[in-house]
Formats: sequence, structure tokens, C-alpha cells
Amino acid sequence: MAVPLPAGSQQETAAGLSGRDRLLLLAPALLMITVFLILPLGFILVYSFLTKGTYGGVIWEFSTAAYEQFLFERDLFTDELVFHASYLQIYGRSIVQALVATTASLIIGFPTAYYIATRPPSQRNMWVFLITVPYWVNLLIRTVSMLFIVRDEGPLNTALMATGLIDQPIRIAYTDFAIGLGLVYSYLPFMVLPIYAAIERFDFRLLEAGHDLYADRWTILRQIVIPLTRPGIVAGCLLVFIPSLGSFIAPDLLGGGKNLMIGNTIALQFQSSRNWPFGSAAAIILLTLVLIVLVIFARRAQQAAVASGR
Amino acid sequence: MARARIDLKRYPAFGTLTWACIVLLYAPMLVIMIYSFNELRSITNWGGFSLAWYWKAITNPQLHAATFNSIVVALSAATLGTVLALCAALAMSRGRRLRYQDTGFAIINLPLMVPEIVTAIGSLVFFLAVGIQLGLLTIIIAHTVFCIPFAYLPIAARLQGIEGYYEEAARDLYASRWETFRFVTLPLMLPGVIAGYMLAFIVSLDDFIITNMVAGPGATTLPMAIYGMVRTGFTPEINAISTMMLLVSALFVSASYLIGRAGDRKYNAQ
Amino acid sequence: MTTQSLRGDAVGIEQVTKIYGEGANAVAALKGVSLTIGDNEFFTLLGPSGCGKTTLLRILAGFEQVSAGKVFLFGEEIEQLPPNRRPINTVFQHYALFPHMTVEENIAFGLKRLGREPAEIRARVGEVMEIVRLGGFAHRRPGQLSGGQQQRVALARALAPQPKILLLDEPLSALDLKLRQQMRVELKQIQENTGITFIFVTHDQEEALAMSDRIAVMSQGEVQQLGTAQEIYERPNNRFVADFIGDANILAVTVLGDDDGSGYRRCRTAQGMEILCAGSGAPGSTPHVSIRPERIAIGAVGSMADGIACDVERVVYLGTNRQFLVCLADGLKLTVLVPNALRAGSELQPGDKAVIHVPPGTAQLLKD
Repeated sequence: MAVPLPAGSQQETAAGLSGRDRLLLLAPALLMITVFLILPLGFILVYSFLTKGTYGGVIWEFSTAAYEQFLFERDLFTDELVFHASYLQIYGRSIVQALVATTASLIIGFPTAYYIATRPPSQRNMWVFLITVPYWVNLLIRTVSMLFIVRDEGPLNTALMATGLIDQPIRIAYTDFAIGLGLVYSYLPFMVLPIYAAIERFDFRLLEAGHDLYADRWTILRQIVIPLTRPGIVAGCLLVFIPSLGSFIAPDLLGGGKNLMIGNTIALQFQSSRNWPFGSAAAIILLTLVLIVLVIFARRAQQAAVASGR
Repeated sequence: MARARIDLKRYPAFGTLTWACIVLLYAPMLVIMIYSFNELRSITNWGGFSLAWYWKAITNPQLHAATFNSIVVALSAATLGTVLALCAALAMSRGRRLRYQDTGFAIINLPLMVPEIVTAIGSLVFFLAVGIQLGLLTIIIAHTVFCIPFAYLPIAARLQGIEGYYEEAARDLYASRWETFRFVTLPLMLPGVIAGYMLAFIVSLDDFIITNMVAGPGATTLPMAIYGMVRTGFTPEINAISTMMLLVSALFVSASYLIGRAGDRKYNAQ
Repeated sequence: MTTQSLRGDAVGIEQVTKIYGEGANAVAALKGVSLTIGDNEFFTLLGPSGCGKTTLLRILAGFEQVSAGKVFLFGEEIEQLPPNRRPINTVFQHYALFPHMTVEENIAFGLKRLGREPAEIRARVGEVMEIVRLGGFAHRRPGQLSGGQQQRVALARALAPQPKILLLDEPLSALDLKLRQQMRVELKQIQENTGITFIFVTHDQEEALAMSDRIAVMSQGEVQQLGTAQEIYERPNNRFVADFIGDANILAVTVLGDDDGSGYRRCRTAQGMEILCAGSGAPGSTPHVSIRPERIAIGAVGSMADGIACDVERVVYLGTNRQFLVCLADGLKLTVLVPNALRAGSELQPGDKAVIHVPPGTAQLLKD
């Protein structure tokens, strides 16, 4: 048909906004984020390939020293690069720490989400609200209160000693365990909410079908409930794992600054250590790790969606 | 008999774990609240009820400055972030999909994806490199960036729930585009805007990691002051400040939740 | 139709085409629609969902732009005018009442935007609330009203600014049957009393037949037939219209001869039965004909002089009517509808022999 096609800008929204109006409305937010987040990320990518300045800052000279520093140490006397693993260990420990926190959150979070989703509808909102409130309370303050409780002379140890269960305070504060506890405490709501959303949409008549076909409770949980709510479980795990991996406050306060994680290592380079290129490189590596995890799961979610014909 | 029916949905121990979850989430905060009323300087023993630590916190001049800074930052960043998010949500949630819709959505949510510590040092390096003096302004800029997605999500959710035909009806009844927004779209989306603003405000008020990096000397916010105090030694004064901040957060979130619900009820009542 | 004649009418639609999407995904919702609507007319766009009737309405309201073609309002081209500059108001399918405003505020909305004086607004709001019989509901919110009341508010809101044209987008579809029938009468009365041109969109043929001065039957983005209710029902243009409006026996026939002076053409069905058909068709051509079930007479064997013998296969009691499915000796199956009040054929049971009669001109030749 020889009819001129309408240009995209002619299509208006219900309120009469043309494509151009909408672009103009969208631009300020995008510009703000681009200039003050994406551009800074570009800056640290560039900085990670520069030479470190003596008193912080950088010297504009290309160098891969920052990345080499992860794996090697320059021998003071022979000036040779010698393999050393302490930074790899920090990354390794951060990943393990984040995985442990994610697993622990899942073990507590899934039953919680399930329990809430099977409450009468009138009660569900209240439960969700209860789970949400702690997230909005200052992370620093929540970590401080956790530190307060688990200190050697804190209420937990005092109570345990008073009951005679122990006669020496258990050392919890400033250990990896404390960091893990802090991470779970910080990000547990992130695990519960997406799983809850998935279970709430779950068709519980499938349980009856399962029972009808001779499956017991746990078989049904394993073979019906968990597979069908997997997107929510994966989302919850990502939402706990990613912030745990780059966490700063929990390791800083609960680890007492000696059990370093990636976040502290990066911050340190811009505070006392004053090695900006190395700090930038560490940040770029963290960002890359996070993006890899996100891309893998996004791709898998897409494949699952295609496979199930949605 | 109905009673004898087995509830297929129930799993033993799930209820117990849920309560364990609630205890884990709330116990530390409750303990710190209780101890904030402890008369004794000792943070271990109970010496009777007292408001002394609250008085000490309230009269601490350093905290005054920090509180003032925090409020200035949170008001500015939340306002700016909400306005930007509101405009973006109007563009994104109405009409046909834009060609750049997915990219736009990804960019708006980027501040939630990038680890905070990376954003923090990125902002620091950027501000220093382009020569913006570190201080309240840089804090406000950095906060505005992450306030955008927090304000955007409730606003966009609300906007998607409003059918386009209300705006068409307004246009049909001789309202200009501005009048349509002013008299129809904005009132209908207001609960989402308020919820978004409050969340942005709280997130800004709470932020420590990014603030700490881009604050520079002199511009101290409340979380920075608390961090400094914790670092130099745990005093019950911290408990008192924490309790107050905790209550402010809880109050804000409850209010935003109630406003959102009231909005739903008001317009969907049948 | 010339542009000149379009300009004299309330609404002129000239070769309007609407295409959604671009390139390979392009879908034509309207394919060169032309029609005119007179002043004070109750005009109905009737068709199944997806036929383009709502698109045409939205183009008139200004919510959609034409891809090609022209739209005139009392002789003026209005394609370029935004919705708020057109003296046209809409009653939306889902009413679209502003949930945050009272009934009164909803009705006053358009008048306020037009900058009328407060006193005038108050008077006019009271007036239209009387017209739609909504007195006493002024301060309620839409959420507190029943579906029927909301419908009245939507109508009042659209009438308040005294538009030249009122567009109604399936306004009765959300109401239950009794209320719908009552509203049909009221809508027609309001239209006659106000003298406003109503353009009514519906997929409900009964609604269309009951209220309209003229009906445009639409399908696949084109107007299939334009005419009064009676014309469309009794003289359907093509198979789609015959099938869509009411029930019809549709048969393939061969035209045997020209008009023999009786005004009818002799045609033969595929099975060999000869009938006299209304309409036009060249001898030797093989069009379809439509026969309305209630125009066929049925009776026991021997009750009619020139009856055609048939077997009764099925009898369905429908309250007002009785429906028969009969099979002729040549294998042709027909549906016959007889009012129970006539008692004709009331003794017939499935398996009985019977006779039917198709009066000359009952069959209408279709254009396919």
C-alpha cells in the first residue's frame, strides 16, 4: 500500500507526549547517572592503568603495575617479580565469605518466604513489612548493634556466662564468623522478598496433584516447589551475594579491620595506603566479577524463559 | 471433617525458622534500644533506667552539625532524585516502548548494581580529577545518583497501575498536556511519588560508604560521626543515637508504606 | 463521494487509513474508510473486535493520528488538532472516571478547562446530572458508585461541555442485561433531546439495531455496509454482514436468469432446489444467498399448497421462538425459526416429515 508510514515521534502517549517529549523527560536522569556514575567508572578504569603517585593520586604514565601487584611482589633486592598470593587470598576469602552468607541466608530465607506466602492473605502484608523494615534501618547502625551484642563483654556472652553454659567469653567479634553473621543480618531481607514473590505466585493446587501421585512432602518440595520458584531463589541469592562480595561495613566493624575483604582493600588504597591505581584495579576486578555473575544469571534466566515458552 | 484435613502446604520447622529470622533481624536493634536507657557507663551491666545518654547525644555540638549536614544532603538529593525519577518514569511507563527503553531502564538501575565501594572511589577520583571541591555539594551529587533508582521504582510501579484512559479522558475534556499532568496524572501517582521520595530520603540519610569517600574534610554527616565514635570506643551514647536514627527510619518506612496503601484503598474502593 | 459533500456534514471521513507498526510488522487497522455522518444523527459503528471501529473512534477523538486520509468536522479539517481542541467528547468503555474526584468534580472538569464561570459550571453540572438522573450523588467518589451509576456519570461528564459530537465506546458492555436494555432507551432519548450527534461503537448487533439511525458494519478495517437497521438486516450486502447480523442460512447458488419483471432472479442451489432471490447477480454466476430463518414457513405435511418436503432433524425450544433444523430431500439443511405464539409446527418432533415454504424474495443475493 502506498501509504506514508507515520514517523515514530508522531505516536503519542495517552497524555499527549510525543517520542521527542519523552526523550527530553528521560534525558536528565540518564545524564545525571551517566556523568556522575558511568563516567567515574571510566575514570577508575583509566586510573587502574596509570602509575601511582607518591602521595596518592596518579602519574599519567601507562602501567600494568596495579594488576601485576595482584599476583606478584617486586623483590626489594633482586627487583624480580615473585608470585605472592595475599591479594588473591583476599578475593578468595571474600568470595567464600559471600557464598557462606548467601547459603546461610537461603537456609533461613526460603522457609521464611514459604511460611509467609502460605499465611492468610490478610496477614502477608504485615509479614512482608516486618521483613522489609530492617533493610531501611541504617546499615551502619545495624552492624554496630550486631557488634554490640557479640562483643566479648556484650550481652550475648554475659548472658551465656550468667547461665553457666560457658565460663570464658566466646570470641565472636573480630572473626570471620562475625563478618558472616553481619552479612546475613545485613542482606537477609533481600533473600526473603524475591523468594516470597515467587512462592506467592506458585499454584498450590500442584501440591495436591503431587500428593495425589504418591509424592511425600519433601519430594514435593524438591521436585515441584523449588524448581517452579527457582527464578525467585536465584534472584534472592544474587541480591545477597553481590553486595556481600563488595561489602565494607561488616568486615570493617565486625572483622575489626584485620580480616580484610575486597571492599576494605579498595577503600584502604584511597585512605592510608594511597595506591590509587591499585585501588582502581581492585575495584575494576570486583566490578568485573559482579558483571560476570549478573550476565551469567541473566542469560540463564533468558534461556529458562525461552525453554518454558514464555 | 474439616479439622482432620491435613494441610498439604505446611512444612514442620518452617514456622520456627521464620520466627528465628524475625528474631535475628530485630534482636540486635532491640538490645541496643534497651541499653540506650542504661544508667551505667558500663555497656555490660544494667544500672537502672536513664535518659542521660540521650541528653548527652542531643547536646553534643558535633552531632548537631552532622545532623544538619545529613538533613541538608538528604532533602536536596531526595528532592532532585525524585524529580528526575518522576520525569523518567513518565517517559518510560507511558505509550509505546521507546527504542531506547531497555538501555534507559538499565542505566536508571545501574546505581543499584554497581558495588557501593566502587561507586564511592569512582566518585572520589572523578570529583578530584575534574576539580570539584569535595564537600556538601559532592555528597549531594553522589547521593542524587543513587536516589534516582530508589525513587524511580515505586513511582514507575504506581504509574504502570494507572490506566492510560484517565489521561485520555482529561485530554478529551479540554485539558492541555500540563493540565492533564497537574490535575489527573500527578494526583493519581502521588502515593508513589511520596513513597519514592521517602525511600530516597532514608537511603540518603543512611549512606556511609559513598559519603565517607566524597565528603572531604569538614563535611561530616551523621553516619560518619557515628562511625568515628564507634572507631574510637563504644559508649552508650552511640546506643542512644542509634536508637533515635532507627526510630526515624522505621517511622519513615512505615509512613511511606501506609501512604502507599491508603492511596491504593482510596482509588480502588469499590 | 466528493470532498464537497463531505464538508456539509457533521463528520466527514475521507479515505482514512491507519497503520500500526512499521515495515514488516505493519498492520493496517483501517484501509481507506470513507463515510459521512449527519448532524443530530445516532450513528453506530458495528463490528467484531479488531474490525477497526475503535480505531476510527479514537481518530475522531484525536487519540490516534491518521496514516493517510482526511477527517472533517462541519467542513473543517481536524486531523492536526489535539484532543483538547476538538469539540468532541467521549464516553469511555471503562468510563475512565477520575477516581480522585467526586462525581461533581468529574462532571465539572471539562467546563473548568474551557474556562467557564463558576456559576455557569454549577448550573450546567446540575442540569446534566438531572438529564442522567444522578441527583444526590454529587459528592460521592466513583469508587462508591455501582457500574450503572458510573456509566451515568461518564455520560454526564461527556455531555456537560455540550460537544458537537459525542463518541461512545461500547459504553454498555460492562452492564448487566436488564440495565443495558434500559440504558438503550435512555441513550436514544438523551440523543434526541440534546440534538447532539452520537457516534456509538459496539460489537452488539442488537444494541446497534435498537438505537441507530444508521449503522456502518465494519470488518477488517473496511466498511462492509452502511445503512439503516432495516436495510442492513433485510438487505445484507455480503456474506459477512448477513452472517454477523442476526442468524442466516447461507447457501451457494447459481443465477439462472435475469430479473423477469417480478423484481426477483431465479436461482438454483447446489442441491437443485430453485428459489426466487432479491438482489443482483449476472446469469451464470455462482454467488451466495442469505435466507433469514424466521422468513421460512414450516408446517406438517399437507398444511401448505406448494411446500417443499423435508425431515425434521432437531427442535429447540427457545422461549419466544422454536428453532427447527430440517433436511430437504436433496440433502440441503436449513434452520427455521417460528414464533411459539403462531403455534405453527408446534406438533412437529425430530424424525417427523414436514413441509417448508420459502416466499419469493426472501433469499437475498450476496456479493461475497
